[in-house]
Amino acid sequence: MHQLYTAVFEPGFFGSPQVRTAIAVGGVVAIVSAVTGVFTVMRGQSFGGHALSDVSAAGGSAALLIGLSPLAGFVGLGIVGAAVMDMIGVSRLRGRDLATGIVLGTAIGLSALFLYLTTTSGATSGAPQQILFGSIFTIASGTIPAVAILGAVALASIATICRPLLLSTVSPDIAAARGVPVRLVGLLYMLALAVSVGLSSLAIGAILSTALLIGPAAAALRLTSRVAWAVGIACLIGVLAIGLGVLLAYDSYYWGSSHLGLPVSFFIVAVIFVTYLASGLPAAVRARARNGEAAAAPERVKIAA
Amino acid sequence: MFAAGFMMNAWTTATIVAVVAGVVGYFVVLRGSAFPAHAIPKGAFAGAAGATLLGINTLIGLGVFSLLGALGIGSLSRRGRRDVVTALALVMMLALGAAFLSRTTEYEPQVYSLLFGEILGVSSNAILPVALVGLACIAAIAVIYRPLMLSSIVPEVAEARGIRSHRIEICFLIVVALATTVTVPVVGALLIFSLMIGPPAAARSLTSRPVLAMILSVALALVTVWTAIAASYLYNWPVGFFVGTLGALLYGIGRGWAAWRRTRTRPVTGFASAIERA
Repeated sequence: MHQLYTAVFEPGFFGSPQVRTAIAVGGVVAIVSAVTGVFTVMRGQSFGGHALSDVSAAGGSAALLIGLSPLAGFVGLGIVGAAVMDMIGVSRLRGRDLATGIVLGTAIGLSALFLYLTTTSGATSGAPQQILFGSIFTIASGTIPAVAILGAVALASIATICRPLLLSTVSPDIAAARGVPVRLVGLLYMLALAVSVGLSSLAIGAILSTALLIGPAAAALRLTSRVAWAVGIACLIGVLAIGLGVLLAYDSYYWGSSHLGLPVSFFIVAVIFVTYLASGLPAAVRARARNGEAAAAPERVKIAA
Repeated sequence: MFAAGFMMNAWTTATIVAVVAGVVGYFVVLRGSAFPAHAIPKGAFAGAAGATLLGINTLIGLGVFSLLGALGIGSLSRRGRRDVVTALALVMMLALGAAFLSRTTEYEPQVYSLLFGEILGVSSNAILPVALVGLACIAAIAVIYRPLMLSSIVPEVAEARGIRSHRIEICFLIVVALATTVTVPVVGALLIFSLMIGPPAAARSLTSRPVLAMILSVALALVTVWTAIAASYLYNWPVGFFVGTLGALLYGIGRGWAAWRRTRTRPVTGFASAIERA
């Protein structure tokens, strides 16, 4: 029994302060991202959610350049980016893709400049990599309070606009007819998304930010159609993915003889990706069972679809 | 600015890249495929890391990963939402990239240049492959032009005529992957996206006639890269910055012009512009 235990949790796993910080910050970020993510996936704004991580990374490199706190840079430019996306036309389904693309393209140009200026001024050479990939193991424990507070702000604003947001997500026309300020609700939601994404890309890097925002929520929404359930399941998947990913990354140091280990972001994303693929299975099985019953008229089903 | 050999290489490659980006980008904007157009090059960047790890040519890594990305997005989106699938495919590719990067240190200096490009460092023997694959992209677009156009504008009609939208989508994503493979080492994984969005979007808001818009899109892409290279040469700032901001600027001008035209001619073309918007 003990052997099995040490095989799963390599020595020192629970004692390591980095592991504890990683799981604490990762857990907070996973919950905030999962709650925001359910609405992001339902509203079809995954591109916006991902683009905001690049936009806030540009803010991060700007902050690095002028000596501001990275948190201000990440969240600040993220909010500006979200507001511009909303202004150009993120609220209309048709122009959303393009508006996001334009803002993202500009942000990429700006990060090219900021990173170039940072590297030529000789501050840090690993800046691009740090900002793109980040690492949950290198979080300074001092950023935890800021992460927790901003996370709470994002959650509180989503909770406040929860009902009108849900209605205007499912049916903008009915929402408008009932007097919901659809445009304003959409803008508020984008701002909450910007805070959540800025926070997560600072804490755990741009890759994990998108993975935690979209993956758990999308998997949960494939498993249930009730929003409250989906939020709960998404939080659960997100937190479990963080825990499992950190554990595997920690253990991977002991795999083989090279003692190189693999990055934690790789494991967390892999867990999320596999979960998403697996979440499609119940629906596929149900569809097959239904097809079995309706095998007599497969052609008609095809035309109707 | 024109005398040095490396500058001539830069001008030539940039011109080829701009033509490809102008044509492919027109359909990216028309089909609302900005997210895949961002995800494929960015994910392919991880393939370059893998190639460095294995000690093979970077182009092979880029090609394999961009094709995997295109096929992955194309096939998974049959079952799930397209934007969700694109996001997850992108993060999975980047996570593999992170795993590759953790195994080697040789690659680190290349990260910036692969992300933001190194157009001023293009060697003469890199021009031919870029030109050939660029030509292949344009040829592929020309071959699938009619079904691609129809399924982009009126998918229902295309389906009714027996065009398999899904197959067209996969073909188109493969073209994007092809364009990605050759352009990433030259202009960078992030820059090619800016070039595929800004100029075509501006062209689309200036005219609604497809062929004219495509020509305009190529012209604006050329103006963007030429100005960017010249400005970068003069001010010594990265080309990526100028491409990114010029693209957005062109789009802003296009939108402004379209709005101004609409206020001037609203009574006459109310119906036409309604169709245009629909």
